[in-house]
Amino acid sequence: MTRDEIFGKVRDVLVNALGVDDDDVTPTASLVGDLGAESIDFLDINFQLERAFGVKIAQGELFPEGVTQDPRFVKDGLVTPEGLAALKTRLPHVDFSTFEKDPQISKVAKIFTVDTLVNFVEAKVNAKQPA
Amino acid sequence: MRWMWIDRVVELVPRQKMVAVKNVSLAEEHLHDHFAADPSRGLAALPVMPTSLILEGMAQTAGILVGHAEGFREKVILAKITRAEITRDAVPGTTLRYTATMDRFDAIGASTRGIVELFDHARPDRGFTQTGEIDLIFSHLDNNQGGAGRSGEAFPEHNFVFGEGFKTLLRCSGIAIP
Repeated sequence: MTRDEIFGKVRDVLVNALGVDDDDVTPTASLVGDLGAESIDFLDINFQLERAFGVKIAQGELFPEGVTQDPRFVKDGLVTPEGLAALKTRLPHVDFSTFEKDPQISKVAKIFTVDTLVNFVEAKVNAKQPA
Repeated sequence: MRWMWIDRVVELVPRQKMVAVKNVSLAEEHLHDHFAADPSRGLAALPVMPTSLILEGMAQTAGILVGHAEGFREKVILAKITRAEITRDAVPGTTLRYTATMDRFDAIGASTRGIVELFDHARPDRGFTQTGEIDLIFSHLDNNQGGAGRSGEAFPEHNFVFGEGFKTLLRCSGIAIP
């Protein structure tokens, strides 16, 4: 499956899950900031991606869990270097280049973009069916 | 007793499907307000089952299906109405039938698909006819908010979701409570 095909299916999932227009779903659009996703939408997106691509997504695999509540990883409203390292390890599909310049915990949800989902699905699909 | 919006469970296939019925009755007080006559506008009373309560009926049907999957140990909370479409009013003297099927189920929650059908007792020859579709997402509260400590929110330890109302309904429907 090509990246464009994956993007198309991801876009359909987001249109269904978030009630947004096709045109709003651009690669750089943030799920929370631009597309209005709320926390429960992530569960919906998780389920719909599983169905659309025939893959199993484990709890915490796509979106992080526990990291932002761990006192070792968050201090004074900022994600610590240890926290950032943990996030990078657990979320290899996420681009942290912008976030790590200003790692405010309140901005962590914005790291999830449409491209993030495409990266994630691409890795899952390739792992399932090696080229 | 919790306000129940289904009268009887007629079929339960664990982890797969549940079917429940709700008889719409003019004895239900809310129908007298929905919609009450408005003489100032020349409108006669139009008692119909509120769509919001049809949604609740499906939520209870699907919620029991999801809760039953883990022996009612999980606190199953309706988290999202993914899709809802109702095309016909349910008037007194009709019976609603809710069929909920499990779409996805895992530790953090579940998604269900639902069909709403209507039986008009004045036209039994028509049988049940589909009048809507309602797809839902449920969250397992302890795995998303409380017990796992993700948000630090405090929720009661006991399962406040599946209380006496649900137990009575299941018992009257011949469904064993695990």
